[in-house]
Amino acid sequence: MRYSALQVLRNGLTGNKSWKQAWRNPEPKPQYDVVIIGGGGHGLATAYYLAKEHGIRNIAVLERSYIGGGNTGRNTTLVRSNYMLDGNMSFYSHSLRLWENLEQELNYNVMLSQRGLVVLGHSDGQVEALARRGSMSIMAGDDGVLWSREECRAKMPYLNYDDPRFPIYGALMHHRGGTARHDAVVWGYARAADALGVDIIQNCEVTGFKIENGKMIGVETSRGYIGAGKVAMTVAGRSGQVAEMAGFRLPIESQVLQAFVTEGLKPILPTVVAFGMGHFYISQSDKGGLVFGGDLDGYNSYAQRGNLPMMEHIAEAGMALMPMIGKAKMLRSWGGINDMTMDGSPIIDRSPVENFFINCGWCYGGFKAIPGSGNVFAHLMATGNHHPAADKLLLKRFETGNLLDEAGNGPTPNLH
Amino acid sequence: MRIHCPNCGPRDSREFHYRGSAELIARPVPDADQATFLNYVYLRDNPAGPHRELWLHDGGCRSWIVAERNTATHELLSTQLAVDVKRGEA
Repeated sequence: MRYSALQVLRNGLTGNKSWKQAWRNPEPKPQYDVVIIGGGGHGLATAYYLAKEHGIRNIAVLERSYIGGGNTGRNTTLVRSNYMLDGNMSFYSHSLRLWENLEQELNYNVMLSQRGLVVLGHSDGQVEALARRGSMSIMAGDDGVLWSREECRAKMPYLNYDDPRFPIYGALMHHRGGTARHDAVVWGYARAADALGVDIIQNCEVTGFKIENGKMIGVETSRGYIGAGKVAMTVAGRSGQVAEMAGFRLPIESQVLQAFVTEGLKPILPTVVAFGMGHFYISQSDKGGLVFGGDLDGYNSYAQRGNLPMMEHIAEAGMALMPMIGKAKMLRSWGGINDMTMDGSPIIDRSPVENFFINCGWCYGGFKAIPGSGNVFAHLMATGNHHPAADKLLLKRFETGNLLDEAGNGPTPNLH
Repeated sequence: MRIHCPNCGPRDSREFHYRGSAELIARPVPDADQATFLNYVYLRDNPAGPHRELWLHDGGCRSWIVAERNTATHELLSTQLAVDVKRGEA
């Protein structure tokens, strides 16, 4: 059933009885052309673009839990393209352009809201670095506008401009950045992929691989063996463990990143705001809650919860930037597990095992990458060539020295 | 999360800095081949469960510590001074 305003009206008037299940719940077949491990945004988007753009429709997406229950449902829903390194810029720019047409593409309301993303500068030097970043975004085909202190004050009167340690000198506005509804993105891709014949198999955990002569031929799962022409891994957070089953190591540590939401408030925060001192960023959800986050806890973790020191640090940063948030009550906090790579950038590539493709290392930037990641990963799997927008996100860059280290921190995953 | 420093006893994790897998203690010889250094500098086991890792007690005695910690629960299983681990291996 195609969703439309007319359908909403018709169903609204007839008791909402004719809505259909959004995707099937099929039994796994013994053999597929492509098996994708991980039914999050990246896996479902990969399946969708393989079916839509490359005509490969005999695909299974294996999800060990339920659709929307993983990291796609545990992030702070930001969408942006304001990176600076060649290789990252082209990729995130490609992804943002796909976001902008995603609702029409999927016939699903992902509630993309390009409300703008503001990065603040707190010294002359930092504002000049923002000017450089904005100029590079413009050259990459994206956008950036430098706001003076006065413009910031006129548009965001609720920030603390005269904090003695971190006065606000200016900001870089990325107008096409914003937020999207995280669950809707996976649901939309799941429904659209299913409509093209992709089997989405939930509660199906991969427990091992069948590899013969260095070539992947199938996966062992909690629901039995499934043969595969090609296997793809889109399990960011757990990539190290899946790679271990396939017999190789990755340049990744899994670490926990916390996020927080306050009680629902009336609209007060029209854009996304990122503090330039300390790592703190905040936006307001459509339900009214202030959603905010900051740095990683900084140690290896699979626990999906963080500890108090980072929570305090982020609350302090928030209070320094926007003292009014001290009046709001914090409703919930949670932790998501991130694949932190050794240079802070993702990996979309072949692996040491033939016919096994890897898509991992999303650090804390996986959500905004979903459309682009699925699109370029499908291109790689179907054509055997890297998509021009993602031809530098290679596994071998750690060997060749072509690292994509935006922050220049070296092989220290907890600092990226 | 508290970390039991062999010198100072159980201390708040805020006193420590994390440096990753304890395999970093075993630095390859300077003329080791590229594959060995790739493995040492970049590749990790990244287990969900017991993990041997390095913490620097820079807010205390400033010793490097090898802790075994469960990454699935954050439970600290054991700690040793890194210098003792290094001597034990030599």
